[in-house]
Amino acid sequence: MAKAATKTNASAMSSSAERRSALAGRSVSATGVRLEVMPPAERISLRAPEASVAALSKALGVTLPTKPKTSATKAGRTALWLGPDEWLVIDEAGKDPLADCAKVTALHSAVGISHRNVAFCVTGPAAAAAINGGCPQDLSLEVFPVGAASRTILGKSEIVLLRSAADAFRVECWRSFSDYVFTLLSEAASDAAA
Amino acid sequence: MSGAFRIPGAGRLKQAKTARFSFDGQAYAGVEGDTLASALLANGVHLVGRSFKYHRPRGFLSAGAEEPNALVQIARDDARKTPNVRATVQELYDGLAAQSQNRWPSLAFDVGAVNDIASPLFSAGFYYKTFMWPKAAWKSLYEPKIRAAAGLGVSPDRPDPDHYSARFAHCDVLVLGGGAAGIAAALAAAETGASVMLADEQPEFGGSLRFETGARIDGQDGFAWAQGAIAKLKAMANVRVLARTTAFGYYAQNFVGLVERVSDHLQNPGRELARERLWQVRAKHVVLATGAIERHMVFADNDRPGIMLASAARTYLNHYGVAVGKNVGVYTANDSAYAAAIDLKKAGVNVAAIVDLRDNPTGPVIDEARALGIEINFGRAVVRAGGKLRVNSMTVQPKNGGGERTIPVDAILMSAGWTPSVHLFSQSRGKVAFNDETKRFVPGTYAQDCVSVGACNGTDGLSATIDEAYAAGAKAAKDAGAKAAKGSKPKVDAGESWSRGMLGAAPGAGPDTTVKAFVDFQNDVTAKDIRQAVHEGMHSIEHVKRFTTNGMATDQGKTSNMHGLAIAAETLGKPIPQVGLTTFRAPYTPVTFGSIVGHARGPLFDPTRRTAIHPWAEAQGAVFEDVGQWKRAWYFPKGGEDMHAAVDRECVGVRKTAGLFDASTLGKIEVVGPDAAKFMELLYTNPWEKLEPGRCRYGIMLREDGFIYDDGVVGRLAPDRFHVTTTTGGAPRVMHHMEDYLQTEFPHLNVWLSSITEQWAVIAVQGPKSRDIIAPLVEGIDMSDEALPHMSVREGKICGVPTRLFRMSFTGERGFEVNVPADYGQAVWEALWAEGQKHGAVAYGTETMHVLRAEKGYIIVGQDTDGTVTPNDAGLDWAVGKKKADFVGIRGLARPDLVAKGRKQLVGLKTKDPKVVLEEGAQIVADPKQAIPMKMIGHVTSSYWSENCGRSIALALVAGGRDRMGETLYVPMPNGVIEVEVTGMVFFDEKGERLNG
Repeated sequence: MAKAATKTNASAMSSSAERRSALAGRSVSATGVRLEVMPPAERISLRAPEASVAALSKALGVTLPTKPKTSATKAGRTALWLGPDEWLVIDEAGKDPLADCAKVTALHSAVGISHRNVAFCVTGPAAAAAINGGCPQDLSLEVFPVGAASRTILGKSEIVLLRSAADAFRVECWRSFSDYVFTLLSEAASDAAA
Repeated sequence: MSGAFRIPGAGRLKQAKTARFSFDGQAYAGVEGDTLASALLANGVHLVGRSFKYHRPRGFLSAGAEEPNALVQIARDDARKTPNVRATVQELYDGLAAQSQNRWPSLAFDVGAVNDIASPLFSAGFYYKTFMWPKAAWKSLYEPKIRAAAGLGVSPDRPDPDHYSARFAHCDVLVLGGGAAGIAAALAAAETGASVMLADEQPEFGGSLRFETGARIDGQDGFAWAQGAIAKLKAMANVRVLARTTAFGYYAQNFVGLVERVSDHLQNPGRELARERLWQVRAKHVVLATGAIERHMVFADNDRPGIMLASAARTYLNHYGVAVGKNVGVYTANDSAYAAAIDLKKAGVNVAAIVDLRDNPTGPVIDEARALGIEINFGRAVVRAGGKLRVNSMTVQPKNGGGERTIPVDAILMSAGWTPSVHLFSQSRGKVAFNDETKRFVPGTYAQDCVSVGACNGTDGLSATIDEAYAAGAKAAKDAGAKAAKGSKPKVDAGESWSRGMLGAAPGAGPDTTVKAFVDFQNDVTAKDIRQAVHEGMHSIEHVKRFTTNGMATDQGKTSNMHGLAIAAETLGKPIPQVGLTTFRAPYTPVTFGSIVGHARGPLFDPTRRTAIHPWAEAQGAVFEDVGQWKRAWYFPKGGEDMHAAVDRECVGVRKTAGLFDASTLGKIEVVGPDAAKFMELLYTNPWEKLEPGRCRYGIMLREDGFIYDDGVVGRLAPDRFHVTTTTGGAPRVMHHMEDYLQTEFPHLNVWLSSITEQWAVIAVQGPKSRDIIAPLVEGIDMSDEALPHMSVREGKICGVPTRLFRMSFTGERGFEVNVPADYGQAVWEALWAEGQKHGAVAYGTETMHVLRAEKGYIIVGQDTDGTVTPNDAGLDWAVGKKKADFVGIRGLARPDLVAKGRKQLVGLKTKDPKVVLEEGAQIVADPKQAIPMKMIGHVTSSYWSENCGRSIALALVAGGRDRMGETLYVPMPNGVIEVEVTGMVFFDEKGERLNG
């Protein structure tokens, strides 16, 4: 896991600080559901007016979605619509979206939040039921299809929810809420097959 | 054998599977599928409880959720004792142990029954009349005694070991009630492909088909048809069928709360199984198929054990195979009791007589009863029941008076008619309408997307019910966007139908009598009590209800409301609709706290937030304190130190060498955009436009009213980028405050806010050796005082990872705050700690942080301010940009009150005796000899022992404080008055030389 966030300019130090992710390695299996902590990813909080969307999409290599509750994915990079001028961009391919945005002159705000969030992967036929143990959204495939994304709640924590497949969800929460979110999802998972 | 009253061949239970159980210590046997009620009745047990007020012996009134009498206590173990369980609902399991309630020393001999004899003392409203004086005795004496005497079971006194689950769900059509109507509606909706949920409180679906032997649908017995239909529904992917599930509350926008009882019926529910599951369902359309509840007859001593609803007796026979007696009497005002009499007679039970209040009713059931040789008495009333622990006779009289005749019986089946269950409809804010012809309230005006079908809608007859329900289910699905139905409507071959009946007291229990004719069994309310309430001036049904407590027990008047209303209306001489119907409220039946709490207990009660460095602090033996949801290291005791010793050592250590402090919980907001500085100018009192990138400033934020809202150090990273810090507790509300102003007041500004609180772990390194500790680990940042002066910020690397390095101080010492991405927080801390060890640095917690800042007179918002303190009050006028034209709170600051003389101002206090530490919150007076109540001129906001100063120090808000420098003031305490001197707020290094020391 020891891996620096920025890979450029090999450090003058003999070694760099060890990365210790919250809950790394934790997982839970219940009937119909599996719950895992996902590996670290690069993330930015992107804010921009409509006029900048095209330039940012080009720089990021993924078309920023403009429809509520949708997302777009390309080459390991996913942009989730969170609001009329707000996206969460997640890069799982080891590329730096912050650097990509830095080249854009169009009006925007890009803030690095790679370490702010922790991601869980909830998979299995009862995955939606497990999340519905604490999330009041309608997660039927008709209403929340593959690719749907939403900033919502799970119990008493805010989460960002992304449906990555018919029976798979990505749940993102803030680092210090990760223990609560994981524990609640675990409890709900044990009841989800009902 | 599972009881002497079990009739071979009757009912649907498999006699082979027996279940042993006990009631009040006596062992019995029942069979699988029994309720506790049916199993006790099979053993001839009718006496199961004592009433609430008069302690009268009581038996089973019903066979369902409306039961007012048969409340028992069920204990699985010491921690799992459930009081007030309705025996008519509790399913039997092997080993079930039940106890009766509200009796002492035993159920058959209960001392409290003296209340029955003394009942004139306990008439309606007796609480309000008898226990008025002396007033003080209500809380200490009367209320506890009344509560103990009128007990309703005993609550467990240990934590509940069960767990409870919760689920949110959505559907196109939610069908509530799984009788013939509900099933037909669910079938129609499901066949369209719409998503359907169907819930019923019983373990088996069918509703009244459980006892209606006359029903035949699609060529089958009604109950068998129901089971087949449920199996078909369960097999459909778009349908969820929930048995043992009660819809208890109907809320706004078709949001319905349901409780599913998952494991209360199981002998040994595994730990992995929840006890109950709360379903919170949002439905596009709701079909209410909640049926109707039979009413009892209101006559003298109608509460004797053995007297029950006719439909209950029929259920016990036709479903459970149990005869409720050997020689039963029937008292009715409608047809439905005839069916019970016929079924019992056919099963070999003697029916002594049917007493029918009606004069000359006709119909097939009456003909059939007559053909079976049952004695029928028209135009007569049962004026009295005999017996005490069990009914032994009924006394019959012509309803207009005349000779009495007493008939020996061991049970009386009664029916005054059926009350549509409009509870959920009413909860949905729908308005009921009174049908004068059928004397019942039925759904009138709808408020939500729901529809009532079947008996709860006042629809009589199985055929009409299925027609209505099937059409409603199909329409609900269509309205939700589904295709047209492709199934076929169930065909009713035969059914039963009853309507009409009577409301109110029967002859023999009229206004001229003093008999105990019960209206509300659970709260012991009689017809006489209702009349008395009216005579004492209660003319609204809402007042009558509260005065008599009619309908206010845990059964919420399911059997009593209509009778009570009719008696009140009769006494008032008004028609029923003019007297009104009380509002139905959630829950329909009692709901456990556990099911409402669900997952939210123990560690899931509230999120516990921990920093990235928390594991290190924990390993070092830190004591933590709660700050909002955060756990923060409070102090780090070494070798048996108490808190004071640890804090003294930490305080001295920081000023002597250096200290490391986890400041990760500080709120952090990145303000980005070309108008970032403009926005900061508007949100803070300070000027920001001229702050150079790479420099920091202490900022104060006000509310519109001019009072301090939050503070923190802000670093400018670039012309268009600020790194703002807030207080730990203020982080979310400051973010909302800023976002609120940005969106509503300053939408023209091109600036955006992002929370970065959790992106960065923050390690404060403070003290004379702080630079020596950090420097070896940093690259790309010149650490000299010239390149990195106090109140500046640089981006670079530490330990090979990115950092935002702030030079700032909350201790008055040379200090830094090292921000690193959170996942690196602990490793960087450990590296800094290793460097620190070379210099003898300490780790310090929040208590030391508080003391050190107080030594320097730095305020803590929320401790030294309380929402009524202006920057001037806090001595922070220097932080308010005097040349600024606008900022949030600028007008508030100009209010006359806020610029008036004599306002409370923040000052320092030194006790005359340096060893005495003041109490925070203690009041301050100018003259301790004045009469009580004294004039208080201020209070202590912060107070500590300062080892660095060798004395106690304190901050206080004192009226006109800055004009009182050197004055002696007084702090009166229980153990004497403490003398204090008013001083400046800085107790240590007044010149501030150590910032560069």
